[in-house]
Order: sequence, then structure tokens, then C-alpha cells
Amino acid sequence: MNLSDSRTIKADIDTVWSALLNADVLKECVPGCQEMIGSPEKGFEAVVVQKVGPVKATFKGQVELQDMDAPNSVKIVGAGKGGAAGFAKGGADVRLEADGDSTVLHYDVEAKVGGKLAQLGSRIIDGFAKKMADEFFTRFQNALEEPEEEEETDADEETAKKGWFKRLVS
Amino acid sequence: MPKDGGIGASSKRREDLRFLTGKGKYTDDMNIHGQAYAYFIRSDVAHGTINSIDTSAAEAMPGVEKVFTATDFEGVGGVPCGWQVTDRFGEAMQEPKHPVLAEGKVRHVGDPIAVVVADSLAEARDAAEAVEIDITELEPVLNMKDALKDGATKVHDDLTSNLCYDWGFVEENRDAVDAAIKGAHHVTTLELKNNRLVANPMEPRVAVADYDDSTQEHTLYTTSQNPHVIRLLMGAFVLGIPEHKLRVVAPDVGGGFGAKIYHYAEEAFCTFAAKAVGRPVKWTSSRSEAFMSDAHGRDHVTKIELAMDENGKFLALRTDTHANMGAYLSTFAPSIPTWLHGTLMAGNYTTPLIYVNVKAVFTNTVPVDAYRGAGRPEATFQLERVVDKAAREMGIDPVELRRRNFITEFPYATPVAVEYDTGDYHATMDKLLEMSDHAGFEARAAESKANGKLRGFGIAHYIEACGIAPSNLVGQLGARAGLYESATVRVNATGSISVMTGSHSHGQGHETSFAQVVADMIGIDEQQIDIVHGDTSKTPMGMGTYGSRSIAVGGSAMVRATEKIINKAKKIAAHLMEASEGDIELKDGAFTVAGTDKSVAWGDVTLAAYVPHNYPLEDMEPGLEETAFYDPANFTYPSGAYGCEVEVDPETGKVTVLGFSAADDFGNIINPMIVEGQVHGGLAQGIGQALVENCAYDENGQLLSGSYMDYTMPRADDLPMFNVDHSSITPCTHNPLGVKGCGEAGAIGSPPALVNAVVDALQRAGHDVTHIDMPLTPDRVWSAMNS
Repeated sequence: MNLSDSRTIKADIDTVWSALLNADVLKECVPGCQEMIGSPEKGFEAVVVQKVGPVKATFKGQVELQDMDAPNSVKIVGAGKGGAAGFAKGGADVRLEADGDSTVLHYDVEAKVGGKLAQLGSRIIDGFAKKMADEFFTRFQNALEEPEEEEETDADEETAKKGWFKRLVS
Repeated sequence: MPKDGGIGASSKRREDLRFLTGKGKYTDDMNIHGQAYAYFIRSDVAHGTINSIDTSAAEAMPGVEKVFTATDFEGVGGVPCGWQVTDRFGEAMQEPKHPVLAEGKVRHVGDPIAVVVADSLAEARDAAEAVEIDITELEPVLNMKDALKDGATKVHDDLTSNLCYDWGFVEENRDAVDAAIKGAHHVTTLELKNNRLVANPMEPRVAVADYDDSTQEHTLYTTSQNPHVIRLLMGAFVLGIPEHKLRVVAPDVGGGFGAKIYHYAEEAFCTFAAKAVGRPVKWTSSRSEAFMSDAHGRDHVTKIELAMDENGKFLALRTDTHANMGAYLSTFAPSIPTWLHGTLMAGNYTTPLIYVNVKAVFTNTVPVDAYRGAGRPEATFQLERVVDKAAREMGIDPVELRRRNFITEFPYATPVAVEYDTGDYHATMDKLLEMSDHAGFEARAAESKANGKLRGFGIAHYIEACGIAPSNLVGQLGARAGLYESATVRVNATGSISVMTGSHSHGQGHETSFAQVVADMIGIDEQQIDIVHGDTSKTPMGMGTYGSRSIAVGGSAMVRATEKIINKAKKIAAHLMEASEGDIELKDGAFTVAGTDKSVAWGDVTLAAYVPHNYPLEDMEPGLEETAFYDPANFTYPSGAYGCEVEVDPETGKVTVLGFSAADDFGNIINPMIVEGQVHGGLAQGIGQALVENCAYDENGQLLSGSYMDYTMPRADDLPMFNVDHSSITPCTHNPLGVKGCGEAGAIGSPPALVNAVVDALQRAGHDVTHIDMPLTPDRVWSAMNS
């Protein structure tokens, strides 16, 4: 399964880069993530609960960051075991490109599944992976971006909508 | 005129009463007090090194009796292979060890690594989640041709390569065949695949094992087509249990189709574990497990070349086949692409020179073995496809080309080492053309065309070899078993009879048709006879049911035993009537003295045998029970002409099977209704292979078609009303019933007929399509039309 796409994120490249390496951000952005601990240097340990077609499982896995070239590119490699459900593993080549105030994030994802996941879910895995990637980057975008200006919003709401990661780091 | 009993009558299947009312007793219905449940942890990668297995957390979990791994099986034999093929250089095949549980490496998705035995299945499954297994994934071996390249990753590190054997048949003909093909007027070449299939019997596999430590007796209930073979293989080669301490029972079995012939690791595991944990152990396969642990079928890649003279006379045939063995050698796997495939390559034709080359290859996939037809469908498919292609290339009608090459004189010795005893291929072809209204096809095709559809008609003529034999020959060919069959006929004092047969019935209707034979021989009512099968403690050593052998081999053993009964009963009758034994005749259940009105009933004779007050005790033992073992002199050779009429929707590529006619020669028929049912089932499976079924792996060796969401079984609406005939009869000359066998014919003859029909439909519409690999899904057909 291969997936390539890009996203334009309204944040500068350094902000995007540091968010990408932040365990808390990753935990918020990975759909179904229950736990994410670790560091970019030592890698992360994650627990993710997901349902692929008829198979629901808790995946325990490791995520490693390889070939880091701050703030331009990184390779994210992960593998998760889902017990009787089988396993999932994959990698994403992520490349960042400054574009004015924004950053263009390019990604090439490669994923493999095995065991019951492949037996029962392989024909829906492409759609599933795309949905996971979309959801991840939408959340990632939300974490970083200022909300669109809206009319007649009060200050509190505006604060609440402000990208939470930016609030955290600014 | 239809008979109302005995041989030739369509007696209703007596076993159906229990099957249709939910009273069948299958292995999963066997529950033994105190039994534990086994749950197998299987590899989810195709190929890998096992670094570590930690069972400690699992063993501490509630209800867990023990977690087994390969270390528990040190000193236990591997799962044996029952056939050793010798390659074309005179060397024995490469034979890897097949451990009960994976030792150091896993070699296919589904390979068992560890087993949790617990009080309940739920507890066993929960504990299985806590077993920590660390595996380093290795590159999988999947493509057979790549697997044979120098430096290819090996499935078995201790073998020299992934080649199991390179078999040539008949090796001495190799050069002559090459020369004949080189100099021929025309050579038709075809490259094709015979798609991998999963048998999918309705009942998945089950094993329930018990051990009595006071008598040291093991009992295994298992879903098997041949309980004695399991007892022999498991007792002698795996667990070292003497046969008198091992009882194997295969009760009602819900379909086998070949996949339940073999001895599987799960049977050996449960038998071993029952003793180890001191309580009965039960394993029931889930459907998901069945997909990745039942032996698969077919999976050949073939190039076939047919050389002809200018009149279309076949001069020589050469084939080059790669046969997938999977990761280990299943019980009879090596024999399928060789002795059950190469020997059939003459088909119904007089081709004088034939050379068959088969390379059997190990890959990281589920083991492949016999599936309904076993080698013969693969032979028939390639031959009947290449003949059809040749007819088109030569501009000769496909029926005519076949007729020009039919064998017409019998017995006929083929250049591939078998001798056909009888057959009349023109008769079955004539019958087919009549049944299928071949003459009216053009009008029907025109009608389809007017409706925007493409109609085609395809023919196949098959030869089958059933009841593989004799034992001394198959021993020379590498079989590690005999291929006789046995029967004990036990006549009770009041005249009813129990027949203990070594054949096993798992859908074939033996309980009905076997009773018909004995009833016919003695002249008593069928209901007086019961057929007992499937229990090593009740029946004599038998080889079981596969290869359409039951009536030809098992039925013959039963006839021989019944003849012994009749001979003895005649002696008793002669004594009772004070007549000479030579004057005694048995008819309609009564013994008479020829030329007199003296008569004594069957029941009076049987009573005398067990209450021998008036009995020649000085000459004869009391009682009336006889056993016979029958070892056939030859295979039997059923044959038939199959015709398939299809319509292709040019917009979508969807194939609709409009009609299917089967004109078979099965020799003499015991029960026409059962034969018809067997042909229907075979046709459904053959059409399933040709149209919808396919076992697929992805590039990592993951089983993609691992459930009914992705593995398509044929359904009633994929099939037409079948038009079946078996009135063309040339009785077998070397068995007492003159029968040939009918169990696999439908699955052998139907795939080429269907593919030939689709190619015909496309070519009639002007598409230059000469072949499409099975299954002919709309996608494949549409792509072929539009490429």
C-alpha cells in the first residue's frame, strides 16, 4: 500500500518541524492513540486502538525517526503488533518546504499489514490508510493553524480555537 | 426400467435422514468429560526466524493448563510425507522436516508456533494474546520461477534449493519428443496457470483426543477421509504409539474434497497433549484457520506444446510445469503433479510421443495437495485447452479434431505408462452433441447477438484414472502405503448384515449404495444391511476414500467378502437340504437345489450358522463372517464429453453459464441418483474454479483471500440446470462390479469446457483472445477483450 500527498499548513517551517517531533502532538494527531511516550532521539512507544473493517485491535508498537535533516525531512518508521489481529507496519517519508508564511508538507507513506488484518481487511486497507492519513494531517493542521477569521466571535472562543500547539509554544 | 432396489436402483440416501434433521454426529459433536481446549497461535508472517517465545505470562493466566511450543516436541517425529518421488536423474526428492510446531523458523502465514491448552476456548484465546513471540521477518519465497533462480532465498535452509524435484516422464522419450516437435507441420503452444484453490468443506477440521493412562490407550476423533492412514502415519512416524493402543475415529464428516485425506499437525498435537496434560483435548478449526491451514489445491504454471501433421493428427506433446508444493510436503503432495498428472497427458488421444516435465517448488505458502481430481484436472485443463487452440489454428472444428485423434481400440497402452481397459469416446461425444443440442447452437448464437450478447460453446473430453493401484506398482512409484481396500461382512444370526468397510463416506452415500450391492448379491432387502465405516476399532485396515476409489476398490473388497459368505452359506444350505453343494443356487434370498422344489431361506441358513445344532461341525466352523482385501490390477478409466454454453456481456465482461451438459462413461452404475449428485457437485466445483474461485497471496506472502469476503464460492445462481447422462457404459474389465468411479469427473472435465466456451464467444465476436487464465472474472474477460 502506497500513499503520497501534500498539505499546506499555515505555520512556519520550524513550528511544523518541532510539532512533528513532539510526542504530545503525535498522541493528539494519531487517530485512536491511547499512549505516546518517548523522544525523537530514542523513538516513541505507542498504543493505538483501531478498527480495520471487521477487525478491532489494540496495537502496541514502536515509532522511530530516521534520517533526520532538521527542519527539512525525516523518515518515520513504525511497527505495531495487534495480537490475534495481526500486525501493521510502515514508514512515511516527510519533507517540509517553506512557502512564505506557510509550510508545504509532502508525505509518501508505505504500509503493510499481516495476519488476520490481511486476511480480512486487505481489500479495504487502502481506503483505511488514506482515511487515517487524512485524519492525522487534519488534526495536525488544526493543532498548528490559527483558525479562520470569523465574524462576531468573542474573545474566549477565539482563544479556544487558536491552534493549541501554537499556544503551547508561543 | 428403474429398479426398486439393489444394483441400478436410485435408492434414497438413508444417511440423509440424519443429515437433514440435524442428527448427524460430527467430530465437533464429540465432547468428552473434562476436556480442555486448544488454541493455536499461528504465524502472521510468511517467512521469519523465531528469536524467542515467552509463554510465562500466558501460563499464569486463569484456566491455562499449559502452553506448548516446539521444545515440548523434541523427540517427536515430524509430520510425514506419504510419497517419495524420484527425479529424472534418479535421485530422491528433497524432503524437509515438517515439525508439529514451528522449530526456529516460520514458513507460511498460518504455520503453528505455539498452542495454549486451557479450560475453555475463551481462556485459551485470551492467554494466547499474552504469549510473546519475537520474529524477524525474512524475504518470502512466492514466485515459483524466481524461487529456482541461483541465490534465491530458501524456504528450508537445510535443503540445497527450493526445488523439491525435477521429474521427467517418460524420460526416455525426451529426445524423441523434441525431435518430433521440431519437425512437425504445426505446433500449438499455450502457457497457462491452474489457479490455487481452497477446498472449503462445509465442516471445518476438528480433532478431539483422549488418553486412558490405565490402559495406555489413545483415542482420536478427527475429520478424516481415512482414519487408518492417520493411525498409521501418526502412530508410527510422529508419536510412536503402537497401533493397538491407538484408535482413530472419523465419524460423520461434512465434506472432504481431498483436504481431509492428510495427516495434519493438529491431530498429532491433540493426541500428544491429551497425554501430556492428563485430560482430553479438543481443537475446532475456525474458518479463518481453515483458509491458512487446510492443504490447498492445484497451483500449477504450465507451458504445453502440441505437434500435429497437416491433417491435425497429433504427433507429439511436450509439457513444462511448475507445481507449487507450499512450505512443507503434505501427505500425498509429491504424487499429485507426477503420477496423477503425467500419466493422464495422453487424454483420449492416440498421441504417440509424450514428455512431461514437472518441477515441484517450495514456497512460503500453505502446503498444496490433492483437491477433487488431484492432478487429473490440471492435466485435462491444459490438454483440452491446447487441443481447442490447435483446432482454431488449424481451421478444424474442435469436435472433429478430437474425433480424428480419439483412441478407438482397447485395451490401449499410452506412451505415459498406463493401459486404458475400456472406453468409447465417440459414443460420449455423440451423446453430448445430442444432449446439448449442438446443431441448434448457431440459431441461439444469433439470438444472443441480437440481444447484444456474445454466445459461445466449448467442449472438453476427459480421461480420468480412479482407484490408483495396484499396490506393488505404486510402491515402485514411491508410495509409502498400499492402495488396496478391505471389507468385513458380518452376517447376524437372523440374517441381517453389518458390512465393515475400509472406505469412508463423507457425502458420497456409501451407506446406501454399498448396501445395494450386498442386497443385490444375496437377494435380500437393502434395509437388512448396515454399512459401518470410519472407526479403526471396528473396521479392518482400510485406505479410505479419495481418488474416486470407493466403489471400484472398496466396493470390490465388499463383493469379494460377500462371495465368501455366499460360498459358505451354500455349504450350510447343502447340508440342511441334504444336497450336493454344487447344486445349490441363491436367488431372491433363498437357497434352492437345482431342478427340485427344495428351498431354504437365507435366514434359516444364517441361524444354522450361529445355532449349529444341525451343522457339519466336523467340516466347517460355525458363524458367518468373512473379510476380504482387494488390490486392483489397474486403475479404472472413466471418461466423458462435457459441453458448456455461455453468454458474455461485452459491456462488463461478465460470463453467464447458460447450459452445461455432461455425458459420462462411469462403467456400471450402482445408484444413478447418487451418481448424478456426485456429477452435480463436481461440476459446481469445476465451474467454481473456472469462474470465481481463486486463492491469492500478496507480494509479502499474506493470504489475501482468507475469508468468504474475498474467496468466492460458486453459488446456485452461478450455475445452470445441469444436463447429466451416464448411459454410455463400457464396464471396467478388471473389477467384479465393472464400475469406474464418478466422484471427481465433474471437477475434471468442466473447467476447460467453460474456458473453451468463453474463448469461443470472444473469437466469434472478432476478438483475438486465445486464452484467459482462471477464474474468468468480469475484470479478466473485459480486459482480455479490450487489450
